[in-house]
Amino acid sequence: MDYELAVVGTSWGGLAALGRLVSGLPPDFALPLVLVQHRGRDGESILERLLQEQTRLAVCEASDKQPIEPGHIYLAPADYHLLVERGHLALTTDPATRHSRPSIDVTFESAADSYRERLVGVVLTGANEDGARGLRRVADRGGVALVQDPATAEAPAMPTAALRAVPSAQVVPLAEIASRLTALSRVGAAAPKGGR
Amino acid sequence: MTAAADGSVPLGYDAGLERTEISLLLEGVFHQYGFDFRSYAYSSIRRRIWKRIEAEGLATISALQERVLHEPAVMERLLLDLSINVTAMFRDPGFYRVFRAQIVPLLRTYPFIRIWHAGCASGEEAYSMAILLEEEGLYDRTRLYATDINEVVLQRAKAGIFPLDRMQEYTQNYQLAGGTRSFSEYYTAMYDGALFGPRLGRNIVFAQHNLATDRGFSEFHVVLCRNVLIYFDKTLQNRVHTLFYESLGMFGVLALGNRETLKFSEYESCYEELDAREKLYRKVR
Repeated sequence: MDYELAVVGTSWGGLAALGRLVSGLPPDFALPLVLVQHRGRDGESILERLLQEQTRLAVCEASDKQPIEPGHIYLAPADYHLLVERGHLALTTDPATRHSRPSIDVTFESAADSYRERLVGVVLTGANEDGARGLRRVADRGGVALVQDPATAEAPAMPTAALRAVPSAQVVPLAEIASRLTALSRVGAAAPKGGR
Repeated sequence: MTAAADGSVPLGYDAGLERTEISLLLEGVFHQYGFDFRSYAYSSIRRRIWKRIEAEGLATISALQERVLHEPAVMERLLLDLSINVTAMFRDPGFYRVFRAQIVPLLRTYPFIRIWHAGCASGEEAYSMAILLEEEGLYDRTRLYATDINEVVLQRAKAGIFPLDRMQEYTQNYQLAGGTRSFSEYYTAMYDGALFGPRLGRNIVFAQHNLATDRGFSEFHVVLCRNVLIYFDKTLQNRVHTLFYESLGMFGVLALGNRETLKFSEYESCYEELDAREKLYRKVR
């Protein structure tokens, strides 16, 4: 199976966790990443800068109708929901879902519906339960569900809730998430196309 | 199988069938009621439709279509779900700060200023612009055309009465936006409403206009359309960009929402960027 997209959701403790994740990705990492980090309404986009300093992959805050390209890392902007359509991103200012905008569930569900079994969903550290329903949807659509090992999370509530919602999810320590994503990104490249 | 309350789609629902049903529903709404949502961005309109299906206690899009076509009251509720009425006074204060610093000096060079605020919803942002121009001494030579597709919200805009309980938030926004006076000078508190209407509304013309079907109606120095285009699909976005391009005079200013961009449109080369963060562009060819 070729994976075409990975979505990553995090809240409390996310800045450090995302830094750890992106700094561990190789320069030729081709799987596009969509990152949803809870943040304040007027969040000045320091997140983009901080992450960009830690990777050679292109990091950008998502714009409406932006095409999804290999080797790019897209951040959900503050105060919008980020929806994933096949091949591009879309934004909305619909009301907050369970107190969050951006909402991890909203992004994951739309990505799961668009990319189905070609999607990887990752839930990292966080102090609430956003992402659990979304990850359930990723798994139900046949995608891969990864959850940060709560023991390695600054705030374990979010990964714990995600594991409760998706008991079959793979539990991965923070230090190994980048290498796990890298392995998944190479699955398609390594296997002969159209075989089996 | 019933829909979830938050707009997510029931799991077993076939994606192809869903597209077919949504397209039939929107076609039906257009033919029966004249509201054209056929070119709205699929992923967000789909969420809104499912929210309505859940609220009506239904299970399929076709069931909603049946109700919508036979019961105008259901159509009214769907219309409220599908319309974009998220707004606030001095929403995104940084935008107004940059507008004051960069665009106001350009506007000073014109003897008479014409501004089009497309997709004004209930008018909060149009009144905000009126306040800004008043403080810059430009309002008396400005005509602000504020349009929206939805008559109901336009009536609210014309009245110029906004919820009193939001004034604290708006005052804060106003100060962050570089406001120079006391915000309470601009409204009269009455019951639970804050009345901005009569004085500030004197140079605003509120009118119905449909970006999906109507043509331009004048030439403007500034076109403001913030966080409206995100609800349209790419085809409709391009139509609207054509409309804006044709409605702006040379060196006219286009203001989009913070995460909207000309980059993926056909008109990128026709504008120069005045402010990257606040998405202010100037027509140069």
